[in-house]
Order: sequence, then C-alpha cells, then structure tokens
Amino acid sequence: MTRFKIAALASAAFALALAAGFALAQEEAEQPKPPRQEWSFAGMFGTFDQAQLQRGFQVYKELCSNCHALTIPFRTLAEPGGPGYTEDQVKVLAASYQVTNAEPNDKGEIFKRPGTPADDFPRPEAYPNDQAAAAAFGKAPPDMDLLAKSLKYERGFPWFVFDALPGLEYQEMGADYIDAILNGYTKPDDPQWNLYYPGHKIAMPQPITNGAIAYKDGTPPTLKNYATDVSAFLAWAAEPNLEERKKIGLRVLLFLFVLAGLLYFTKKRIWEAVHH
Amino acid sequence: MSGPSTYVPKSAIGRWFEARLPLMGLVHSSFIAYPVPRNLNYMWAFGAILSFMLVAQIATGVVLAMHYVPSANEAFDSITNDIMRNVNYGWLVRYMHTNGGSLFFLAVYIHMFRGFYYGSFKPPREVLWILGVIIYFLMMCTAFMGYVLPWGSMSLAGATVITNLVSAIPLVGTALAHWLWGGYAVGGPTLNRFYSLHYLLPFVIAAFVALHVWALHVTGQNNPDGVEVQDVERDTVAFTPYATIKDTFAVAVFFILYAWLIFYIPNYLLDADNSIKANPLVTPSHVVPEWYLLPFYAILRAIPNKLMGVIALFAAIVVLALVPWLDRSPVKSAKYRPTYRFFFWVFVVICVVLGWLGSQVPTEGLTLIARICTVGYFGFFLVIMPLLSFIEKTKPIPASIADAVLTKKPAAAQA
Repeated sequence: MTRFKIAALASAAFALALAAGFALAQEEAEQPKPPRQEWSFAGMFGTFDQAQLQRGFQVYKELCSNCHALTIPFRTLAEPGGPGYTEDQVKVLAASYQVTNAEPNDKGEIFKRPGTPADDFPRPEAYPNDQAAAAAFGKAPPDMDLLAKSLKYERGFPWFVFDALPGLEYQEMGADYIDAILNGYTKPDDPQWNLYYPGHKIAMPQPITNGAIAYKDGTPPTLKNYATDVSAFLAWAAEPNLEERKKIGLRVLLFLFVLAGLLYFTKKRIWEAVHH
Repeated sequence: MSGPSTYVPKSAIGRWFEARLPLMGLVHSSFIAYPVPRNLNYMWAFGAILSFMLVAQIATGVVLAMHYVPSANEAFDSITNDIMRNVNYGWLVRYMHTNGGSLFFLAVYIHMFRGFYYGSFKPPREVLWILGVIIYFLMMCTAFMGYVLPWGSMSLAGATVITNLVSAIPLVGTALAHWLWGGYAVGGPTLNRFYSLHYLLPFVIAAFVALHVWALHVTGQNNPDGVEVQDVERDTVAFTPYATIKDTFAVAVFFILYAWLIFYIPNYLLDADNSIKANPLVTPSHVVPEWYLLPFYAILRAIPNKLMGVIALFAAIVVLALVPWLDRSPVKSAKYRPTYRFFFWVFVVICVVLGWLGSQVPTEGLTLIARICTVGYFGFFLVIMPLLSFIEKTKPIPASIADAVLTKKPAAAQA
C-alpha cells in the first residue's frame, strides 16, 4: 500500500514537473522572437533596394501616415542612398501637404502653406499631438522617424556576441521587429492580439491586410509584401546614411589594414636588433 | 628615471627658445630619450591607446557641442534630427563619440586589469595608481552625464536611478537630490547642468592624465617581470623609436575595432529605448546602464538596503585606490605568483558575471548569484590580497630585466 502510494506520489510529481516544463515551453512559444528576415541592406555591402523603399513609402503614405508621424524632411526622399525619387517628384510631393509655418505672418497669424522639400512631413491631420492620439487609442502611435532603431529584443547569450562579429553582424533587428508585428495579428476574432508584441495586447488594431494597397510595379498586394516593404522603408528612415556609412567604412577599414600592416613590418624591422 | 635633459636644439632659434622655455627638452626627455623596459608586451600599449581615445572624445565632443541644444524640449531632436540627418557628417561624428566612449572604457579596463596582473600599483607607483583610479572615476561620471544628454527614454531613467542614490543619504538626502536636480525631479535644469559638467570634466581628466604621465615618468614603467630597471643600458630601450612604433601599431589595430563599430555596427552598443524621446510618464520596462557600468549596477542591486547598496557601490571603486596597501607581496608580477594568478582570473570572471547580472531583470536566483559575486569582488581585495601577501609561495624572480629577456631567448631558439 505504502509502496503504491510512493509510486503514485512519484508519478504525480513527475507529471507535475512535466506539465510545468510544458507550460514553460508553451509560454516561450506564445511569446516568440521576431523571425530574422533577409534584408538587402544587411551585411557589410548591404544597400537599400530603391523599388522596395518606394513601395514601403507608398504603404506609409496611404496607410501608416493616418496615425503615425514621420518627422523627417521631404528632401531626404531624393537624397542618395534613399528611395531615389527625383527632386521634382519631391517638390510636387511636398507641395501636396499643408504645413504650419514656423513663424507667424506680418499680421501675427499662424498660417498654413504648401510644403517645400526642406520641411518635415507634417503630423497626421487627425492627431495634432500625442495626447489627441493617445485619447483615441489609449496610447500615442510612436513617431516613425526612429521606430526601427527603437525596437530591439533580447538575443541572449551567446547570440548577442555573434551579432557583433564581422560576417554575422545583426543590425536589422528593428526591421525584423516591425515586420513581425505586422504579420503577428493571428487571431481573427481579436484585432488587438499580436503574436510578437510583448504581452500580446497591442494598442494598434490590425493596420493592414491582403490587398489593402494597390502596388504600381506589379508586386503582389499581399500582407507579407506590405510588411517587408514598409519595414525596409522605416529602416531607411531611421538610418538614412546607412549606404554612405558602409561605403566610407570600407575605405577606412582598408586604409587601416594597410596602415597596420606597414606599421607591423616597420616595428619588426626596428626591434630586430633588440632582444625582448 | 628622467634626469635633467641633455637635449640641445640643432638650430640657433631652437637654442634661443630652449634657454627661455625648455619645452622641446621636456618633449625630448619624455617621449624620445625616455628609457622604456625592453620586455614590455602589448598590454603596455593601452596608455597610448587611451591618450588617443581621450583626444578623439574631446575633438568629436567639441564638434557635437556646436550643434547640440541642451534643453529638455529640444535635446532629443537636436541629436536625432539635426546632428544625425541635417549636419554634414553629423552622424559620423556622433557615432564616433558614442562608440568612442565604449572603446575608451574597453581600453581602460584592459589597462586596469594589466595593472592588477603585473602588480603595477606596488611601490613606488602608488601615487601613479591612485591618479589612475581618480581618472577612472571621473570617466564614469563623464560617461554617465554624457549618456543623459540625448534625452532619450533611457537617459531620463538612468539619470533618475543614479541621482536618486544621493537621496539614500540620511537626513540631507532628499534636499541634496533636489539641489542636484535643480527641481523636484530630473528635468530640464538637470540636463543643462549635466551638459555643462560633461563639457568640463574631460578637461579635468586631461589634467589628471598629465599628472598620471608625469608620475609615470618619475617612477618609470613597470614591466611583465615586475623587476625594476637596474641598468638603463641593459634593461631599457629608448622611447623613440622603440615604444613609439610599437604603440602606433597598437593604436592602428585598435582603430580597426573602432572603425568596425562606427561604420558597421554603430547601434550595437546603444540602447534601443534611447531612440524614444524622454517622457517622465513612461519609464522603460527594464532600466539598464551602459555595459561599462553594469558590474557596479549589479553590486548596487545585490544589496537589499538602499543606503548600504550605495555605500557598496562607492566602496567598490574606493577599494581600487587602496590596493597598493592591500597587496603587500614583494613580488609584483603574477608571472611569479601562481596562486595570485589563479585568483586574478577568478576576479576577472566575477567582474564579467557581475556585468552580465547587471544587464538582467533581477530574479531571486540571479540576486543570489549577484550577492555571491559581490562578496567575491570585495573578497579579492580585502581577503585574498592581504592573505596571499604573506602565505603565497612565489616563484624566483629574475635578477634583472635583461636576465629575464636573455633566459627566454635560448628556449625560444630551441623551439
């Protein structure tokens, strides 16, 4: 009898431990990390895909901009390393927005005028300030200028070490995160449930679904494509100098390697006669 | 080590100037004729690397200050919009400065561990060592205040956590905190004074570096064998060209790492929360300092009592200055101290583990590990060092630097 009891207790304990283990594993599965995507701008020689940035901008303009600000100057859209619009295109685009002039006119009135390339994108018309947006959603939609830089997730040991190494470097966490969030609305009955958002309860209801936007270049109008394209666009918006940075970096590194090599042999030559 | 300079300028105008201000003689005796132990390894290159980093930080910092606006409303935009998007190569200067801070600390940690390993703090270098600890402390203050300037979400949270430490002081704590903040919480006035101090402190550091180098040139450098120079002819080589070329090579290699950070992984060491503008109503879910302050943060959190935690935090730095009197072993280099060498590496591991713990959300288990490591940290200084001074059986040390070098050579030739 006692033996039976012990066996029962032991198996109960075993089952409990197993259940706890499963629960733990499940908890991890419920809060998965954003999957790592292939980005054209990753790696030492990565550059932005202009067509992708233009598509991403289209998604932003037609959709995200209804609620999210993007405080970057219009002119950057025509600058090298960006979506590659022409200056004339940007002038037309800027003029299609009404911006509030920074200074009042001679009569002391604050006035609106058509935008110029030097202006920043104005805030969404519906939400003139964060408080107005927060009142509508419970939480203000973040400005998208640095969104891709403000999102990181724990990589854990040893991955965070590898992430710094040449050839393995991982700097596209923000783009992966945005992409994951947009693809993370997996419960059709709850538009504010997100697989990748911490705690799953996200203030932003599912913003975009298949076919919401008609691409002009024949790219299939799928949620997956919208998500990738707008993530790439926001990665550019947060880091518009990425291409130039990597280009200069390559020259700097080459120079330093040659310099260090020459210095090494000079040092060897000078120390040759000295025992040390 | 350096007596009166025997330097005689070649040109007449040089001799005229030298008779009135012997500046060239000072440079000559300090950086050309200055005798350097011939057995130095690359661990001794970090003094030069640190000098370069200090100059780089001041140069980039001065440029950033030309565009930065120290106001709670505008600081964030002046960096993320003006400097990063509008100023020509502003992004480059800013990435040099933020990553430069990290590399400055990386270099200073290697420099300090070098000092522990080879006993560089021992007589006659106590003052040299203490000056180094002062520089390190000033660096931490400067870095902390610099981290507040971007006025991101983590800047505000970090400033709040650290300045709140003074409120732990009994009786006057709260008043002191208000005085420090210039208000009832960290805000615009705090940002403004931190900016002022962040600009001032690097020059104080530079002054202490000058004293540090001066003290170094009085006592001479320690070396991997830890025996003092006896015969300048046999034991040393001239600073130029020998140390100059070696240090220059080391600086070039270090700059490869620096360039990698700036150009390819510039955001790797930056906290994502600092890309969100500071908002007193929203605190990041997990407040962490920069990596170089993490071990101290872990010590602070390991102690359940706030005041005791603050005391432990400062004690962890003050104890560094006492090391020359805690370790009384006559043998300097860990090369000849097998037991000390073992504990040195244990200490390194403890510091790394503390750093990792500082970055984690504390759980009961992790707090326990942090407490054990905190005991280990202080134990290394307060128990192991004094104890080993008397009970350790050290290996025989070479009679001179020249002997150490020459006994090494035949073995190398055979191999």
